[in-house]
Amino acid sequence: MKFVEVAARTVDDAVAEALEQLGAELEQVEITVLEEGNKGLFGLIGSKQARVRVERKSNHEFKREAALEFLRELLKKMDIEARVAGASDEESVDLQIDGADLGILIGRRGQTLDSLQYITTLAVNRRGGEWIRIRLDIGDYRAKREETLRSLAQRLANKADRTGRRVALDPMNPAERRIVHRELQGFPGVKTQSEGKEPHRRVIIFPN
Amino acid sequence: MKSLVEFLGQSLAEFPDQVSVEEVDKGYETVYQLYVAPEDMGRLIGKQGSIARAIRTIVKAAAIKSGAQVHVKINENQ
Repeated sequence: MKFVEVAARTVDDAVAEALEQLGAELEQVEITVLEEGNKGLFGLIGSKQARVRVERKSNHEFKREAALEFLRELLKKMDIEARVAGASDEESVDLQIDGADLGILIGRRGQTLDSLQYITTLAVNRRGGEWIRIRLDIGDYRAKREETLRSLAQRLANKADRTGRRVALDPMNPAERRIVHRELQGFPGVKTQSEGKEPHRRVIIFPN
Repeated sequence: MKSLVEFLGQSLAEFPDQVSVEEVDKGYETVYQLYVAPEDMGRLIGKQGSIARAIRTIVKAAAIKSGAQVHVKINENQ
């Protein structure tokens, strides 16, 4: 992380100077005031310069905070009370929503959750910097859904194998289809393939 | 609801100051006409309408509590 230390007459002046040196916006940095500064008597006796340390946030830190801010504002405008927390590393930002109206936020088959994740990803990555993946979960919806999908995949694969007929699953988003494909990789007697156009694309299980 | 549509539009647009929303009450439903700069149409609609679809899903979810029928239309500024 890049940082500069700048001294000037006031804290504001020092921050402005530091931002210029870093070529950064206010929202992209973390500011520590090292010395408040003091105008002194008539600006002469005992005057002391203000000193600040201004550090540029890394791309994922910046995007995590932008994502949290965006989601909180969005939920407020949706008139939904919920808490949002986030963690991030170089590759992705993980956001978690908890609160009361979770059913509304998840939607039918997680459609609203997927839309929230998609729009947050776009809104945050639009601000420049390297594109970063944003994952959003509400309660433990995704974890539970993955479990459901995996047992469903096993059951339908058995059926396809037993009956010798292809079995079509409900339409799913790419992430959910991936879970099904992965689960049935190496399942004896069947293979999987996706068919159809988004958002109606679905996994088909074929008997060998 | 209007401010939600506006916020979504401004968050996705390259020219947020050219985003505006008109609320039209049709009795059985409320239509939100979202106006954006012509250059921003792609950013608001997306491939095969994927972004527009996500915007509508979120606005409809927000309308569930009030039980209102809502519809979002995306238009170019003239």
